Amino acid sequence: MNWTSWILSGFVATIVLSAALATSQGLGLTRMNLPYLIGAVITHNRDKARLYGFMAHMINGWAFSIIYVLIFEATRNTSWWFGLILGLVHALFVLSVGMMLLPTLHPRMASERHGPTSRRQLEPPGFMALNYGYQTPISVFLSHAAFGSILASLYHLH
Amino acid sequence: MSFKDNGRLARAPGADKFPAIGDYGVIGDCRSTALISKHGSIDWLCWPRFDSASIFAALLDRDRGGSWSISLADTYSVQRSYQPNTNILGTRFETRRGTTVLTDLMPVRENDALVPDHEIIRQVACTSGEAEIRIVLEPRANYGEAALKLEQRGKLGLRFCQGRGVYWLRSSLPLQIDGNSATSRHKMKAGEELFFSLSYTENAPAVLPDLDQVPHRISVCANWWKKWVAQMRYEGEFRDEVVRSALTLKLLTFVLSGAVVAAPTTSLPERIGDSLNWDYRYCWLRDASLTIRNMLELGHLDEATQFLDWMLHATRLTQPELRVLYTVFGNPVPRERESRVLRGYKNSAPVRIGNAARGQLQLDVYGEVIDAASQYAFHGGLLDREMQKTLVGLGNYVVKHWNQADEGIWEPRTGRRHHTHSRLMCWTALDRLVCLAEQGKVKGPDLDDYKRNREAIQQQILTRGWNDRIQSYVSVLDGDDLDASLLLLSWYGFEKADSPRMQSTHRAIRERLATGRELLYRYPSDPPEGAFAICSFWEAEFLALGGGNSEDCRHLIKGLFNYRNDLGLYGEEIDVKTGDALGNFPQAFTHIGLIGAALSLEQRMKGEQQLAHRAPGTPVLTEALSGGSRKL
Repeated sequence: MNWTSWILSGFVATIVLSAALATSQGLGLTRMNLPYLIGAVITHNRDKARLYGFMAHMINGWAFSIIYVLIFEATRNTSWWFGLILGLVHALFVLSVGMMLLPTLHPRMASERHGPTSRRQLEPPGFMALNYGYQTPISVFLSHAAFGSILASLYHLH
Repeated sequence: MSFKDNGRLARAPGADKFPAIGDYGVIGDCRSTALISKHGSIDWLCWPRFDSASIFAALLDRDRGGSWSISLADTYSVQRSYQPNTNILGTRFETRRGTTVLTDLMPVRENDALVPDHEIIRQVACTSGEAEIRIVLEPRANYGEAALKLEQRGKLGLRFCQGRGVYWLRSSLPLQIDGNSATSRHKMKAGEELFFSLSYTENAPAVLPDLDQVPHRISVCANWWKKWVAQMRYEGEFRDEVVRSALTLKLLTFVLSGAVVAAPTTSLPERIGDSLNWDYRYCWLRDASLTIRNMLELGHLDEATQFLDWMLHATRLTQPELRVLYTVFGNPVPRERESRVLRGYKNSAPVRIGNAARGQLQLDVYGEVIDAASQYAFHGGLLDREMQKTLVGLGNYVVKHWNQADEGIWEPRTGRRHHTHSRLMCWTALDRLVCLAEQGKVKGPDLDDYKRNREAIQQQILTRGWNDRIQSYVSVLDGDDLDASLLLLSWYGFEKADSPRMQSTHRAIRERLATGRELLYRYPSDPPEGAFAICSFWEAEFLALGGGNSEDCRHLIKGLFNYRNDLGLYGEEIDVKTGDALGNFPQAFTHIGLIGAALSLEQRMKGEQQLAHRAPGTPVLTEALSGGSRKL
């Protein structure tokens, strides 16, 4: 594995992913504010949650890129379309399994079955995060596709 | 159904009948406001900010506007009041069977708490006997243009989406969705409480508040308002009225920028059934500057600092030229358009969105802004280099343009004229800058040039602004008409209130513009519109400044209290026949007038130097600053 290339390509891809998600919120494609969603795991202070969430998302994206890189190394394939497909699979996993588990994993997220409590007050994402806007899956697929293809394009095999 | 209005038995308006404009109360969180009728119906709400599209607009169309009502099924009488020193509204319904209290508020956001971005909390408490309540939620998007699809989400509540945002209604009661509305009926018994929370966010995940926390959150919000009021330095005889006016102005201040909107509504008519309907949900630099002057005098320095900061930011692209009005974020106001759906309050069409005054020239604005900055300096605020540069730029603009015709303070749409009030404010702009420069608070102006132009303006007002035949200053140079803004000649220190000319002008204004004992028209019009509320407060202030005796001033102010509603709120105008409020509601301008008059009277009674006569930098009142001098 090419560690230097991973650090650089993972960083760039994560920055692009974060920017794409923020832009799609700004453009009204989705209401989902991922840094806030992640940061609220750590703190109930909404302003700090955005900051902590952004940092956590950066680290998370970087860490996740290792899996991509390992697959690139294993398949010896770093074509952009291969990265794009990996990104789409990643997005599908996040939207289906990740969002389904989120109300259970997130300490401040309410569920439709139990309703909000004094501690759990955040709106759950629902199937494919559609509660956060019906175009949310499009935004997630596009941003993760960009993540995968950029990572593949920038990463140099060992 | 019938109701007793504070003891008077009357027919209650059905859902299709318009309440009087003064029947509304206002709640807000310094980002947006909601208007609530005496019957517990939220008839006006724009989220996320004052000038956003409405979600409830029954204020302007009973059928198509949308509303959220919590009302009683029985005959009832109503009494309303704000919780002391807060903007938390209480409506007390009494029936033969019992008493129910509805509490409405928009919680001011606590920065560190996990709470919705925008929220209305409603608490219903049956305090004695029993009551049957009805809840009807009928949201309508974008000024009534579209019905919204309501979705039940189990224990999370009920939600509906509009544009890029989502609304959540959490309720102690299950609501049944019926088409595009949600309803419920419920019999309450003494001691029972119900809670409702309507929230809006453009950030997912939304926060869905725990309704068990509502009493605590009401208490937190009440404390926030009380703490704000506690900073107020005014302790005069009209404290309650001044506090209510200051709280109303605070509601109209957009906390994220410091801008102050003229009113939270659009198109409430100045004449019922007529087309004098304007959108006031924007920041007029004139009104905002006057608000800030009041806030400074009352001891609220933060609002002044924030406004001047906003003003620098908002005007950056056009400096040294100022627009008349801006959005709360300092952008140009949208072009004026007419709603295709809303029919207007009591069919007073059209309903306008946006404001065509955006393209007007109103030269008085320069004087208002510079005077607000000089008052800030007077209170110990330091003007930094950028602010000084901006002020000098404005002064230079005045030097070049004061001789132009403009639309003036009343912004008629009939063309430009040479208004005496605009000249007065240009004189004020240069006078204040000369003063600031001579005290070293502003560097850079060409003092000789400023003084020369100040003198020229003064001569013009004294000669062409004065009419020998009618023995009065006049509205337009070389003209014969009067308008009430001439009373401000004394306020800005141009001429003393007890001078023969000002005394004579006051007499002429009373002869031509007075209607009834207290009220004044702003200018003659045919057919006449309502009396313009701030003009009467200007008259009171004129008396306080030496134009009359303090007892006359006190009587006038007290008389004007008869025209506020039961909550102490004023509209822009007053119907001279009925005393009802007219125009957008509540109106910052009128509350500014009330505070100014009360302050001037108090200063006269105490023998203090009056605000109007102070020069910037006079070394008094710096104790108003909580933490030493502020720098802008």
